[in-house]
Amino acid sequence: MLPLNAFLIVGALLFCIGMYAVLARRNAVAILMGIELMLNAVNINLVAFWRYLTPGTAATAEGLQVGMAGQSFAAFVFVVAAAEVAVGLALVISVYRNRRTVIAEDVDTLRY
Amino acid sequence: MEAEFGQWFIFGLFTVFIIGGGIGTATSRNLFHCALWLIISLFGVAGFFVLLAAPFLAAVQVLVYIGAIVVLIIFAIMLTRRLMGLREAPNSQWIYGLLGAIVTFGVIVLGLVLASTGSAPLLPSQPISQITGESLRDLGIALVDVNQYVVPFIVASLLLEAAMVGAIVIAREDE
Repeated sequence: MLPLNAFLIVGALLFCIGMYAVLARRNAVAILMGIELMLNAVNINLVAFWRYLTPGTAATAEGLQVGMAGQSFAAFVFVVAAAEVAVGLALVISVYRNRRTVIAEDVDTLRY
Repeated sequence: MEAEFGQWFIFGLFTVFIIGGGIGTATSRNLFHCALWLIISLFGVAGFFVLLAAPFLAAVQVLVYIGAIVVLIIFAIMLTRRLMGLREAPNSQWIYGLLGAIVTFGVIVLGLVLASTGSAPLLPSQPISQITGESLRDLGIALVDVNQYVVPFIVASLLLEAAMVGAIVIAREDE
């Protein structure tokens, strides 16, 4: 069987690639894509831990139940990712309409 | 032994999808190609979910991420159409970003190695045949059970609602 560490290392690698994209890209849409990669890395970790540690049991008020924490959290991450990308792209379109640019460094009115 | 090799082969295949797609997303100069690389990476993650016995999440991954989020990103790229053919270079601090990413990866792997030396590699707590059938029903119950995740579930739907209304307000054209 596959060890847990295999999934965790792929998750860490994907997270770091997403982090590089966030830090190094100039285009706001590309930065959003980097954030998507990082959220996916987190999802891999959540589901991997669910599969390897908890699918047997979880303690609740009524005794032991089937544990679904990892999958539930991953589902919430989906919701947050959808909300984030919707608001982010709305901001990008709004900025583009006003400034004719989506380069993150050029949008610096609040900087000075 | 055969089954073990098969699992490693599938794992390696999806790893190539995820990491290759991720690197393409992070480094491709053409924004539209970035979005296409992102689809490959997300598809690999969906494959991982199948490998981890979470078929519902794999389906949601394809539907929500590839079907909705990437399409939304492609729409945004096309709406800001001057960028379609633009070839952008990484910004001036990209070398620090690369260093930071490598250092972060090193720290995580170091922590993993330190945490798992001496102990046997952690294996799944149940064989796949025992969870696949039940896990979808259990997930559905967990999300609406008063003792489990009904409050986060409702908060998540409120968040999504607020975000969608906010997105419409922000992106709407001023009169």
